Amino acid sequence: MSGHIAPVRQPLITGHKTYHQITEDICRPTETAPSLSWVITFIISVMLLGLFAFSVAWTVWIGIGSWNLNRTINWGWDITNFVWWVGIGHAGTLISAILLLFRQKWRTGVNRAAEAMTIFAVMCAGQFPLIHMGRLWLAIFIFPYPNTRGPLWVNFNSPLLWDVFAISTYFTVSLLFWYAGLVPDLATVRDRAVGLRKKIYGVVSFGWNGSAKHWQRWESLSLILAGLATPLVLSVHTIVSFDFATSVIPGWHTTIFPPYFVAGAIFSGFAMVLTLMLIARKVLHLEDYITIEHIESMNKVILLTGSIVGVAYLTELFIAWYSGYVYEQFAFLNRVLGPYYWSYIGMMLCNVLSPQIFWSKKIRTSLFWTFFMSIFINIGMWFERFVIIATTLSRDYLPSSWSYYVPSWVEICIFIGTLGLFFTLFLIFTRVAPVVAIAEIKSILKTAGDQYIGPNAVAHAHANHANGHTVPAEVNDLSAGSTVDIDGANDKPLD
Amino acid sequence: MATIRIDQGGDAGASLRTEPANTTVTGGRDILFGLYDDEVKLLEAVKAANADHLDIDDVYTPFPVHGLDPLLGLEESRLHVAGFIFGSIGCLFGFGFMTWVFTRDWPIIFGGKPYWSVPAFIPITFELTVLFAAVGMVTVFYIINGLGPGAEPRRLHDRITDDKFCIAFDVTDSDDTSIDQLRQYFERTGVETVHRKTVAA
Repeated sequence: MSGHIAPVRQPLITGHKTYHQITEDICRPTETAPSLSWVITFIISVMLLGLFAFSVAWTVWIGIGSWNLNRTINWGWDITNFVWWVGIGHAGTLISAILLLFRQKWRTGVNRAAEAMTIFAVMCAGQFPLIHMGRLWLAIFIFPYPNTRGPLWVNFNSPLLWDVFAISTYFTVSLLFWYAGLVPDLATVRDRAVGLRKKIYGVVSFGWNGSAKHWQRWESLSLILAGLATPLVLSVHTIVSFDFATSVIPGWHTTIFPPYFVAGAIFSGFAMVLTLMLIARKVLHLEDYITIEHIESMNKVILLTGSIVGVAYLTELFIAWYSGYVYEQFAFLNRVLGPYYWSYIGMMLCNVLSPQIFWSKKIRTSLFWTFFMSIFINIGMWFERFVIIATTLSRDYLPSSWSYYVPSWVEICIFIGTLGLFFTLFLIFTRVAPVVAIAEIKSILKTAGDQYIGPNAVAHAHANHANGHTVPAEVNDLSAGSTVDIDGANDKPLD
Repeated sequence: MATIRIDQGGDAGASLRTEPANTTVTGGRDILFGLYDDEVKLLEAVKAANADHLDIDDVYTPFPVHGLDPLLGLEESRLHVAGFIFGSIGCLFGFGFMTWVFTRDWPIIFGGKPYWSVPAFIPITFELTVLFAAVGMVTVFYIINGLGPGAEPRRLHDRITDDKFCIAFDVTDSDDTSIDQLRQYFERTGVETVHRKTVAA
């Protein structure tokens, strides 16, 4: 880890915070009564969750016939929503794992909430394949276990089964990673609490005491889990794209799908993180920890992945034409100009054209535009999945089977219901656990706090870490801070 | 220089919420610990302790302090070895199981492909490798640290998970002279408060 701070870096923690103030600020939402806005949002979310339960019960009672799928278009909103939610669930692990490996300090402000979002989004995603089975209670059949049917095993060659393994592994690893990071912060909450609260947080914080050896193993664990989660996060959406790419449907069996899906997943995931964080920083008063610098960094990722997705769309069209294969050409012509042309326009507008406004720093750092775009992108990415699934199926090989599909109220209610599930879980999370990783924020305070770097730094007179002394790599992170707190402590190497 | 206060019973620090000191625990350890308000002071203090050949029992911090491990003589964690072993088991188990099912237990031809269709086994093999490595390593992490629901390891002070950096000495078998020596050491290294507490062994 480099101790050098580039002058271009802006502070990631503002308000001249001390360690204790950080604890106070981030623990406060778990210790005070919820605000009226939280209560109202929570009630709405729980009502939507009720709608989810009702529409799922309806589906199970009446049967999948209550959906408007037909023999031509046999995958509709269910798989669209599944892929959309899984995609959203990619940002959390990207932020916590890949950005950890790249030593991006800004991830510390948003990783906790983004990982929570990942876990809840994957839970929402998992609902759709389960409901689509029709007989929910037989869902256990998807796992290979010794059974009385032979034993008859599942088909390990099927991408749908790969999905089962990919999603459940991703969920488990994300949960373990998230919780391992949460344990020290839950201990912080425990040590401030009294009575029953202290007991509860005592159990969930696993008895963490901050011992040096524990921290060493904790850092080692985080790093290795990040190393494991990085290929995992890329594999999950790759495997989701295999659901389509390994089929023999023109418009689906393209080799570009895995990278295109992964880029799209990061794109939509970051948009959802921004939607949530812009609200959370306001409602929970975390403006000092989730700064414009964080928002701008995420907007840059959105700009990059949005452009990758745009290139992928155009590449698809080009390859369809260049292949000289008439069915492929028709599939893409139909995608752009067919009966679902409106969803293609929506997708192009929301995903490719509109994110380009982020080239402007003014817009990239504007809260209004960021919020507006984050919603816009999520709509666009939903359209992308719908375009790929419904448009392609609506015009298959037999013109006599061509069809058009509009979702029934049950399908619409299930989708809106998963939004209720997602927000209910997220709102509960903001009340019971620190939304920002307290320990990790503290560890970057002296290299990213605004009293140490940036235009408001109070320590410029002492900032002499460019004075030619060699500082051992292990303590480099402290060297910037040491110039402030102890005069002369930085004048000699800390060895 | 910071004020030195040896915490005895009800004399809790004005700025610090402290637990009552000297809780009697049969067969417990007597711990003398100092709280510092900055990690740089902590690192300097640990170096001073090493120079004075003082035997630090443990150091507790609110966040991982880089540069502390070599000073305390902590070896690099071998968790990655556990991760590798569990990952290898997952990899072999996944691939071996699919091989057994499709070549021995119930061979089925799917789409005219060979029974043993290795490329199709790769996604699940990979996922199981990651799953086993992660679950195994996290389990090992909690076990070797003695952490888990209901675990009650030594907790010296409530502010250690907040903003105080703690150096602890085991003074169960120490005489007054060596305790005095430790007090002087704390004073010299800019400690904020010094406390004494009996904890379970």
